[in-house]
Amino acid sequence: MGRSTLYRAVVLGVRSLMLHRLRSMLTTLGVLFGTSSVIAMLAIGEGASAEAQDQIRALGSQNVILRSVKPREDPNQGSQRVRVASYGLTFEDLHRIEDAYPGIETIVPLRELSQEVRHLARVADPRVLATKPNYLEVTGRLLVSGRWLSELDERMAANVCVVGSEVARKLFPMESPLGQQIKIGGEYFTVVGILAPRVRLADDAAKAGEEITDELYLPLSTGVQRFGDMQVRMRAGSMDREQVDLHEIVVAVDVPENVRVVADAARAMLERYHKQGDFEVVVPLELLARAEETKRIFNIVLGSIAGISLLVGGIGIMNVMLATVTERTREIGIRRALGAKRHHIVTQFLVETVVLSVGGGAAGVVVGLAIPVAVEHFARMHTVITPAAPTLAFSISALIGVVFGLYPAWRAARMDPVDALRHE
Amino acid sequence: MSTVASQVPAAAGLADSVASLQNVSRVYNPGPNEVRALDGFSFDFRAGEYWAIMGSSGSGKSTLLNILGCLDRPTSGDYLVRGTRISELDDDELSELRSKELGFVFQSYNLIAQLDVLENIMVPLLYQDRPPADGEERARMLAERVGLGSRLTHRPKELSGGQQQRVAIARALINNPALILADEATGNLDSQTADEILELFDELHAEGKTILLVTHEPDVGGRAQHLLKLKDGYIEEEIR
Repeated sequence: MGRSTLYRAVVLGVRSLMLHRLRSMLTTLGVLFGTSSVIAMLAIGEGASAEAQDQIRALGSQNVILRSVKPREDPNQGSQRVRVASYGLTFEDLHRIEDAYPGIETIVPLRELSQEVRHLARVADPRVLATKPNYLEVTGRLLVSGRWLSELDERMAANVCVVGSEVARKLFPMESPLGQQIKIGGEYFTVVGILAPRVRLADDAAKAGEEITDELYLPLSTGVQRFGDMQVRMRAGSMDREQVDLHEIVVAVDVPENVRVVADAARAMLERYHKQGDFEVVVPLELLARAEETKRIFNIVLGSIAGISLLVGGIGIMNVMLATVTERTREIGIRRALGAKRHHIVTQFLVETVVLSVGGGAAGVVVGLAIPVAVEHFARMHTVITPAAPTLAFSISALIGVVFGLYPAWRAARMDPVDALRHE
Repeated sequence: MSTVASQVPAAAGLADSVASLQNVSRVYNPGPNEVRALDGFSFDFRAGEYWAIMGSSGSGKSTLLNILGCLDRPTSGDYLVRGTRISELDDDELSELRSKELGFVFQSYNLIAQLDVLENIMVPLLYQDRPPADGEERARMLAERVGLGSRLTHRPKELSGGQQQRVAIARALINNPALILADEATGNLDSQTADEILELFDELHAEGKTILLVTHEPDVGGRAQHLLKLKDGYIEEEIR
């Protein structure tokens, strides 16, 4: 078929379809939704997994993270309002790990303190974390200004702290916090640096992707000496007293191959000393592998759902085209009488079907590209559009036109001209 | 013409024979309940003749028209259009022959709704393997010829019945056919419009076109040059 012949066939197909505008439009909707959902789902899926992987990478893919977990509460003590819970990782654990395992580059302990932070009349309620100076290097976090905690601060148990940008904003709305004194609990601290925000891990779907800026870091030695081992949490109607040595230990491993070995060894050691299971071992590398697997399954499921909706769209088109062929039996008879060969009739109806599906596909691509933009804007979810998604979706929609158009076109071409002409 | 077809030797008649039926039978439902719509039917339509074919329903005139129009094939016997034996053609070749050698005018006009006047006239050319280069020019001329030169871009539903039938006649002429087949072409028109259409046929006849007009109205049949009356698949009467 020549180019001009094809062009004319398409123009005539469009005009035939325009005789029934509403029907044609409704018919294309099926393919439109199918195509757009393929694109949108892939974009959202890609975005979610890219974000999860970023967050996991932010934890350090060569790190093993040990965390204290509060053991499940004993139901007999449920009514007790005030008590002391002692659990979690200890300084002994820290030393055992430090001593025992080759392949470990750095170990960073963290303790979380429940202390109020004030400057004059202003109050902030950040997470107050006491840690060693190597924390910054291991987590790869960045400073906005000032400096990080130094070895000297740690050795001297100096009253210095580094604040998150939110804390800085709350306490010092008008001025730079650097060099200023703030009050943590009952102690005065000098602000020496401001931290860049980090992204929250997607452990809480509602807050995933949110930036964490409400933090405050001080030297571990200072934290232990100034505030003791007891953390007091005030809750509505109750007061929880907790005694936790360390809330988190981040272990940086030298090479990726050793991550598993170190994680397994650390887990085995902790299991021996913590019978009540008050810890967890987080291996970002494993999370990453799991995220990849999740993403693969996610893509298969989403792809299948979208594929099914495309299929349904195709069946819708076929249904309408079959009705159209029946309705236009007489036209087919006329065309055959005037000399149309079977392949002319096949082409005519196939072109109409492909115009419908490609029209729906093209509109679907536009809608499909708009949905991720809207999702990003309104739901604040990250989306990634790979060039393959629209290409794939559009190609499938065109293919669907051909596949689902063949049978109606064949039915049309097979008609006996005499019977077709007699059809009312 | 005054010679009776049966007296003309078949071979001699082939020279100017446009449509030649030789011992044609058309049998529906072969078996014990078979219907022989045409039975050993032989006839020659010659170039330039204007025939009316009449007969009551069931006389076989529709079957005859379908075979003459190459829409149906004889069960037995031969049909030749300008010397081409229909039985030797496959479906595509038969379609090509329809688009080149035959012009149809139907009772209900049968224009294509989504095409305008000019495009409707050109439809037969659309399906020819090698359409003529001057197709559009000819279509314009024919539209002018049937008095619709100013309505080229109108759609069929914007035209009256008579106008639609004129478009159909122009369409039947676009390929300069060997044979124009008109099936109750005035059946849907009022008497005055019908008269105009019949005048158009008279003019075409005068120009030397070969026309076969199927009708059940004696008035209409009477205007043709010759009259063929059918009954039960046979020629009942042949008036030249």
